[in-house]
Amino acid sequence: MPDLLIELFSEEIPARMQAKAREDLKRMVTEGLVQAGLTYASAGAFSTPRRLTLTLEGLTNESRPVREERKGPRVDAPAAALDGFLRSTGLTRDQLEIRDDKKAQVYFAVVEKPGRAADAIIAEVLETTIRTFPWPKSMRWGNGTLRWVRPLHSILCLLNDEAGSRIVPLTVDGITAGNTTRGHRFLSPAAFSVTSFEDYTVKLKRAHVILDSAEREATIWQTAQNLAFAAGMEVVEDKGLLAEVAGLVEWPVPLMGRINDAFLGLPPEVLQTSMKEHQKFFSVKNPRTGRIEGFVTVANTETADHGETILKGNQKVLTARLSDAKFFWENDLRVARAGMGDWLDGLKAVTFHNKLGSQADRIARIAALAREIAPLVGADPDMAEQAARLAKADLRSAMVGEFPELQGLMGMYYARAAGLPEPVALAARDHYSPLGPSDDVPTEPVSVAVALADKIDTLTGFWAIDEKPTGSKDPFALRRAALGVIRLVLSNNVRFSIDKLVDVQILRHQQGAMPTEQGLFGQILNAASAHGMFGDVTRRLIKAAEDVAPNWLSAVRDHDPSISDDLRDFLHDRLKVYLKDQGIRHDVIDACLAMPGNCDLTLLVNRATALQATLQTEDGTNLVAAFKRANNILSQAEAKDGVEYSFGADPKYAETDEERALFAALDQADAAIKPAMAAENFTAAMQSMAALRAPIDAFFTAVQINTESQILRRNRLNLLHRIRAICLSVADLTKLDG
Amino acid sequence: MRVLFAPPAQAALTLARLLPMESEHFKGFPAMSAAQTNAPSLPRSFQEIILRLQAYWASKGCAILQPYDMEVGAGTFHPATTLRSLGTKPWAAAYVQPSRRPTDGRYGENPNRLQHYYQYQVIIKPSPPDLQDLYLGSLAAIGLDSTLHDIRFVEDDWESPTLGAWGLGWEVWCDGMEVSQFTYFQQVGGHDCRPVSGELTYGLERLAMYVLGVDHVMTMPFNDPQSPIALTYGDIFRQTEEEYSRHNFDGADTAQLLRHFEDAEAECERLLAFPPDDPKSGKRIIMAHPAYDQTIKASHLFNLLDARGVISVTERQAYIGRVRALAKKCADAFRQTEAGADAPDAA
Repeated sequence: MPDLLIELFSEEIPARMQAKAREDLKRMVTEGLVQAGLTYASAGAFSTPRRLTLTLEGLTNESRPVREERKGPRVDAPAAALDGFLRSTGLTRDQLEIRDDKKAQVYFAVVEKPGRAADAIIAEVLETTIRTFPWPKSMRWGNGTLRWVRPLHSILCLLNDEAGSRIVPLTVDGITAGNTTRGHRFLSPAAFSVTSFEDYTVKLKRAHVILDSAEREATIWQTAQNLAFAAGMEVVEDKGLLAEVAGLVEWPVPLMGRINDAFLGLPPEVLQTSMKEHQKFFSVKNPRTGRIEGFVTVANTETADHGETILKGNQKVLTARLSDAKFFWENDLRVARAGMGDWLDGLKAVTFHNKLGSQADRIARIAALAREIAPLVGADPDMAEQAARLAKADLRSAMVGEFPELQGLMGMYYARAAGLPEPVALAARDHYSPLGPSDDVPTEPVSVAVALADKIDTLTGFWAIDEKPTGSKDPFALRRAALGVIRLVLSNNVRFSIDKLVDVQILRHQQGAMPTEQGLFGQILNAASAHGMFGDVTRRLIKAAEDVAPNWLSAVRDHDPSISDDLRDFLHDRLKVYLKDQGIRHDVIDACLAMPGNCDLTLLVNRATALQATLQTEDGTNLVAAFKRANNILSQAEAKDGVEYSFGADPKYAETDEERALFAALDQADAAIKPAMAAENFTAAMQSMAALRAPIDAFFTAVQINTESQILRRNRLNLLHRIRAICLSVADLTKLDG
Repeated sequence: MRVLFAPPAQAALTLARLLPMESEHFKGFPAMSAAQTNAPSLPRSFQEIILRLQAYWASKGCAILQPYDMEVGAGTFHPATTLRSLGTKPWAAAYVQPSRRPTDGRYGENPNRLQHYYQYQVIIKPSPPDLQDLYLGSLAAIGLDSTLHDIRFVEDDWESPTLGAWGLGWEVWCDGMEVSQFTYFQQVGGHDCRPVSGELTYGLERLAMYVLGVDHVMTMPFNDPQSPIALTYGDIFRQTEEEYSRHNFDGADTAQLLRHFEDAEAECERLLAFPPDDPKSGKRIIMAHPAYDQTIKASHLFNLLDARGVISVTERQAYIGRVRALAKKCADAFRQTEAGADAPDAA
């Protein structure tokens, strides 16, 4: 059983592409070999900046022979059918067998594929892999037509077993496979030959190449920590950076330096971001001061002066970068202390979207909405509005211009510098959150108000101009915004009906020629945010406006609720996806979505959680079965009789103890469920509902619904109706599976 | 290939001879130390770095061209790169290109930012298999020796929306400092590059500041600091940086610039609309280069307008699109000429 070693040696592969590339190489080659009938025991894939390597152990020497039989046309079929069959099989007529098949004689093609040598299969599979490799971006070079991520220089393809090692003959676009590779670009540039994977890794290491990125990561991390420890410092962990740096070097040599004192006053995030983004430095923290005071850079080479020149050069670049950062910081602080007016003015000139106005327009809308949300989340409306007005001011700061990823965070620093209240500063930092499904959700009420207003404004805006996400396209990250709304509402237990806010914000987007919210228009929006567009208060105000007949009246009066309905459905869809990830069944969600109050996401989820818990009990599951049975019988009877049996069953017609017991149980359930539902205690309501399971089951066992007596039958159908009504008051159980 | 660049001491000598002997500032030749005779020693001035690059790439067989005589934003705009990277004819050229980025003007005060600066540009078609090694040799020639420095190829894809061009490659880091752009051209002016050209761009000021250990560009020695008349970069360019910064940000007449932009655009299209056959010479003459000059002009005018802040974000895209349309038409035209055509056997 031979082992296979493949190395694709190229010019520097981008660090971010290496992990996927080595997995792709493994997947494509192993799948290709297996498909061609070879098997192998184990596979390993590796990458450095200049090579992708695959090792396969215990490969079979040749593929299994395959016998393939294909049934063809009948012997008496038209000639064209036979010709087609011959073409598709590549055989001649006398190579076909004729067999009896049921009533007729039929041609059969029998193709024996003998086992093929592994070498030939590997050559084919590797060539296909190279030619169809899924690089995110690939290129041509020189006179060639081959595409690779950067110029491919050599292919090593080697089979080795007890008898020794042999090159797998293969040529791709003029590159002939061999058994040689090269070491480190500067430290060991000579070519050398290898005989096996073990030989390869040993010789590579001697030639200053650590093949395994995990080993490079470990080396970097260990050495970096040792360097820091020796200086009484600690390295700030950054797994993403570690993986990236390991993809930039074959022979990692960490070097530690100190940050010039002049820069230690910069916010630590600025130091970290600048060092990481521009120079791939790790940050080094002084545990005594808690500040970032040093850095570790990872060189790719050893030098006679032990990296002194390299460190000095890096230090110099860092000083230049941090001088820029310090310049930005100091200028920004001046603007911030003056109240950020320059930035707010500047935002008037920045287009957010050509159909949604400038950033300043957007901020005004968000501030108005944040004010309306504030009381719903326990925030002071004035402070929420103020926070929303300033939260995005830092977008015009020089620092955020340089490091966009610091948006919000710089806003917090600048708000503090401006002497604004802490909740305003925190809202600047946190109002973008949550960004991802695992991101922290803000809890400070002012932050929650601004974060919700920000996201609802974005969603309503793009809905209003009909730029909704379609399929895989979501250029404005609206799914993420919707998930943000959901997580903000749920984790803060916020109670509101989101459709009202959505309606109001859509009106704000549509107002166009009505830039001011003074007077009646503002009053109407405020009323609508609290009572809905069709609330009495709102309608009264709209009616009052008719006397003045302002130009915006028709837009408000004829407000089309279909946009907000559509957005509500979108939010419900995203909620379903979110709850499914939380382990809540989709049919449970449907059963709750069908209930009133589904614009209140917290209420909706409380109901769904309680229902799911109920369904996990035996009583719950059986109750649903019993409900469905009752509902089916009743629906059929209603359809047949053309009436609705909602008259109210009378216990006096009860014949059996079981029937009487059900009456009693339903009375009891009714008495328990109504107040529980009113108190939104869904768990209690559903427990009471589940308790009906035993009496309903007993009733069905003892009693026949469709009896001779029409009085009894009607009474029992009315009784079933009570079951249905009680159950449906809790959740729409008809939507449940099973 | 033969390496035959002159040792820097010799270069310095040759240069010194060219100095006006009769000048009253002339203080005699500097004494040559032992270190100066040993190549490669460290260069001592901005111009020595340029001279060494010229000598190095000449020794590698590049035609050493002179800068293009128009205002361009980068060395790539030189027709020796844009147009000559099209078609199948082999090409190897290197040149210094003064480049202008009006928005980068800082009145000569910023240590690293200039509105007028120099790029060193190498373009070789087809890209040779050892282009990385050739490049590293050029760094060694100017004193960036890989046994002492950490040289890295870090992913950086290049795209020029105004030229309708893109390529893949790296920015080259020396001890954490970006010293060059290294690009394999994939498309120029909307045409696939077949064969592919390899392009190297050195930002000369930044590179030289690093090699010479200078912190502010204006203090960098332009010629040998031991020269009888030693000149710094600032001696030569501080005043012009001031003048052009004021011009770029406040002086340039935007209405006129807009008219000139329209003119250049129209002229480019007019020149390309001529029928190929020239009645006077009886030859087939497509005016690809003159038309391309107008594209360069339009591009620079756009940069000036941008610096004057009169182009909004949405308009910006439209202007870039208009320049790109011109670049594409010029590329189309150049492909119809002898220099830009595919060799018959390469089809």
